Amino acid sequence: MKLNIITFAATALLIASGTVASAAEVVVTQKAKKFDQKKVTINKGDSIKFVNADSITHNIHSRGAGKFDLGAQKPNTAMTHVFAADGTFKIRCAIHPKMKLKVTVK
Amino acid sequence: MPTAHIISKIAAGAIMALAGGATLAASIAQAGEIKSREEWKKEYARPAEIPFPEDNPYTAAKADLGRTLFFDPRLSGSNYISCGTCHNPSFAWGDGLPTGIGHGMTVLGRRTPTILNLAWSEQLMWDGRFETLEQQALGPMSAPVEMNQQMEAIVTELQSIPEYRTLFKVNFGDEGITVPNIAKAIATFERTVVSGIAPFDRWVAGDETAISANAKRGFDLFNNKANCVACHSGWNFTDDSFHDIGLASEDIGRGEQLPDVAVMKHAFKVPTLRNAVERAPYMHDGSAKNLFSVVAHYNNGFVKRPSLSAEVYELNLTDAEQADLVAFMKTLSSNDEQVAFPRLPPFDQTLAGSVSGVNTAAGKPDGTNAAKAATTSCGGFFQHVLPCNK
Repeated sequence: MKLNIITFAATALLIASGTVASAAEVVVTQKAKKFDQKKVTINKGDSIKFVNADSITHNIHSRGAGKFDLGAQKPNTAMTHVFAADGTFKIRCAIHPKMKLKVTVK
Repeated sequence: MPTAHIISKIAAGAIMALAGGATLAASIAQAGEIKSREEWKKEYARPAEIPFPEDNPYTAAKADLGRTLFFDPRLSGSNYISCGTCHNPSFAWGDGLPTGIGHGMTVLGRRTPTILNLAWSEQLMWDGRFETLEQQALGPMSAPVEMNQQMEAIVTELQSIPEYRTLFKVNFGDEGITVPNIAKAIATFERTVVSGIAPFDRWVAGDETAISANAKRGFDLFNNKANCVACHSGWNFTDDSFHDIGLASEDIGRGEQLPDVAVMKHAFKVPTLRNAVERAPYMHDGSAKNLFSVVAHYNNGFVKRPSLSAEVYELNLTDAEQADLVAFMKTLSSNDEQVAFPRLPPFDQTLAGSVSGVNTAAGKPDGTNAAKAATTSCGGFFQHVLPCNK
């Protein structure tokens, strides 16, 4: 019984802080025709917010399994993609393919 | 200390000295990035060495073998077209034609791109369909409309030439002559083809007399009002990106590779501007006859359509400004040493029975050429420009 009370209290605390079952969001910034990270590891259901901090247009794109295209992204805007399935995703800017990001979804 | 390192140090010192005392014409590029002329100049400093991939490192012998293969017409099905037929060093490694000509005089759909400075490039070809230079080296060779070579046949053909057997043994050991090794050798040679020091480089390094006042104004326009820098950035004057620049062509280019990306329809790879004045006509379809035509296109001559690059917009350049831009681009040409064509094996054709060189009786595998190749310095005729990154 004592254990159940502790569990209940801990669960209530987590719900109050909003951390139970809530998906995380990772921010990746595009600047100087580069991603600010080369690799990102997230959990299934998490999302990545792609920020275009450049003065030119970018286009987040991934080929292969789970492929997606976020379309043209103007400067000083953000676009978000939710990774609903696990796997490894090779992401590039379709316009500037030297921009590469590897996303691992567990 | 290699020459290139010395040049880099001189350039850095000169730029620092100039930045302290010169009156800087600060200006605003599109979307608000403020840089002075001296700050922009730093963006164009030449690299210290040529990069080579870990899975195909540089050796002098391999580059020399690649050079021999590059100029050997027996790599084509007709035994008449070499890589160097279209990528002719006399035309700054292009062919001077609006669009290329391939097997059986087939007129191709796109202009022959230069191979200058490809060591720094990825996603090769106008439409970016090859990821690496090794993949690209084989593409035109096997394409029916280009060199029309059966890849199994080329291995057999080269095997029949003793000197090639020796050269491949020297470079690749027991693997010898294989299609991937042919590609590795050619790609290694191509990475050594680097444009030399141009007047622009001397200006960046601190020699204010190296280029004219018109060209300096053109440089300012290039980085600001004309927005060329949005894509033709860095020392090689390309960021290897893909854009629809509004040419009136049915060719969808990169759109064939990425049909799900709207802005890739009619998009083509941004070419280097190094030695551009030697490489007319211009654009992927050869539709711009000279550099003035190129500037006029970007000024207001493009087709407006949904896939048009966001970096292409009406510039409202005056005639004088357009002339200044051309004056600037002319400073990007280097006065490179004349290229020597290799002797092609077999060297003893006393008993040869075929112009194709398919004759096992011709010559002996005495290793003569291999020994010569092994002593060749990095870059061959380009060694004065850059050392090679091992």
